[in-house]
Amino acid sequence: MALVPEAIRFKAVGQTFATESGPLTALSGVDLSIAQHEFVAVLGPSGCGKSTLLRLTAGLMTPTKGHVSVFGHAVDTPRDDVGIVFQQATLLPWANVLDNVTFPAKHKRGRVDDMDRARAAEVIEAVGLKGFETRLPAELSGGMQQRVGIARALFLNPDILLMDEPFSALDALTRDAMGFELLKLWQSSPKTVMFITHSIPEAVLLADRIVVMSARPGRIIADLRVPLGRPRDERALRAPEVQDFAAHLRELLIAKEAMI
Amino acid sequence: MTADADIAPAHDAEEKAPGLSLTERLISAPAALPLLTFAALLIVWEASARIFAIPSYILPAPTRVIQGFGAVDAGRWVAHVWATLRVALIGFAVAIAVSLPIAVGLAKSRLLSRALYPILVVIQSVPVVAVAPIIIVVLGTDDAPRVVITFMISFFPLVVSMTTGLMATPPELIELSRSLRAPQHREITQIRLPYAIPYIFSGLKISITLAVIGAVVAEFVAADVGIGYFIQFSTSMFKLPQAWAGLVILVAMSLTLFQAVSTAQRVFFPWSLPKERR
Repeated sequence: MALVPEAIRFKAVGQTFATESGPLTALSGVDLSIAQHEFVAVLGPSGCGKSTLLRLTAGLMTPTKGHVSVFGHAVDTPRDDVGIVFQQATLLPWANVLDNVTFPAKHKRGRVDDMDRARAAEVIEAVGLKGFETRLPAELSGGMQQRVGIARALFLNPDILLMDEPFSALDALTRDAMGFELLKLWQSSPKTVMFITHSIPEAVLLADRIVVMSARPGRIIADLRVPLGRPRDERALRAPEVQDFAAHLRELLIAKEAMI
Repeated sequence: MTADADIAPAHDAEEKAPGLSLTERLISAPAALPLLTFAALLIVWEASARIFAIPSYILPAPTRVIQGFGAVDAGRWVAHVWATLRVALIGFAVAIAVSLPIAVGLAKSRLLSRALYPILVVIQSVPVVAVAPIIIVVLGTDDAPRVVITFMISFFPLVVSMTTGLMATPPELIELSRSLRAPQHREITQIRLPYAIPYIFSGLKISITLAVIGAVVAEFVAADVGIGYFIQFSTSMFKLPQAWAGLVILVAMSLTLFQAVSTAQRVFFPWSLPKERR
């Protein structure tokens, strides 16, 4: 582990928002270190500040306390080596799949060149949408739309991929299939992944490490390594020790809920 | 965005068609029912005008209105229609040109929104019909005052719909834009404005019919040509059938313009329509 560089670092991070009913503490005393190419799931109930964690890493906000750094540099503005996948695919409804995927280039530089299109073809194929380049988002299923969302995030080839409950709007079957495909993608082209979720099975299936958070104020209550090798399949998930691990996670979440 | 679920409904109506009763078939043919209702109304109107011998200056029968079209020759009608249409279209264009930057300002800056919005509401609350004579005195009697009046009556719904549309962008896309550190103007042109298209078009549809009203109001106050002028002139001479003929032309003009806006949306921005109407 010592040789792997640190990708993301949270040091005593606290985040307070001003709301109409007074200040709201979303995060408190968060210390977290994620190594390069590590897949970390952040698991917690809704309103525990999971998304705040992600937006801090993305440089979309700055912490009110403590420090966030990415590859050793303090995050004070969004970085090029960070890609985001949102809960909803939030594609541009007027643009086809190809234009949605190349949108970061068009938006950042004002134009799309042949290299961009070649790169887009690559990521579109990687997410299994080859042949759908000219379709509009409305013509795609929810799962396919989110594949486009992932392709758009991969387009600039970021080293860090931030995923904010990306599969939570999908039906259960699609969700499982997308999880396995994400793992394949991650294994063929390693990235540091911060994966926000409130689903225990999803966290267990995907992650190397699971960070469990409590609700307001969001704190890290456990940081556990998933007792599963790779590559993973459905059968490995049914192993008794994995089931025990999932049960333990459930207890952690429920115990914290009960205290509130 | 649930493409999985809603593939089927659009075709339901056609598949059921064979075994339908007459009423059901009438309801499923979109144009038939309103046309029939309209025809029935005309017949009742014609019949009552004849049976009760209603004087034509109170309610001319449809056949008398048709005769009213012959009151002036075709060239004169074209001149009247063109005068009104020109003012309505220029006023409409000015309304679009003015409301777009205002809407962008209102959507982007809370300060500007606080400073400007009350003034816009006050302008909107002014009865334009009452200001029209003042505007005519100030600006003279050519097209300019009529365009200003048309603009005043038609710009507010545009500002409101554009501002609402510009604010309706999903926050994630704004975050995406920020995460790419893209220049501000591209956030407007590549994300917010296209996202506002459906809202903008609902504003345009309201605004274009208001523009016709504005042009007519302006002609009531001061004009020597135009359908509004023609109607006022005809009524002052108690020539009601030809005034009604003018009215029919105005309605046709409004409907055509409205339809033109709808068609523009369907042709240029089909994605902005609900699926079943593409």
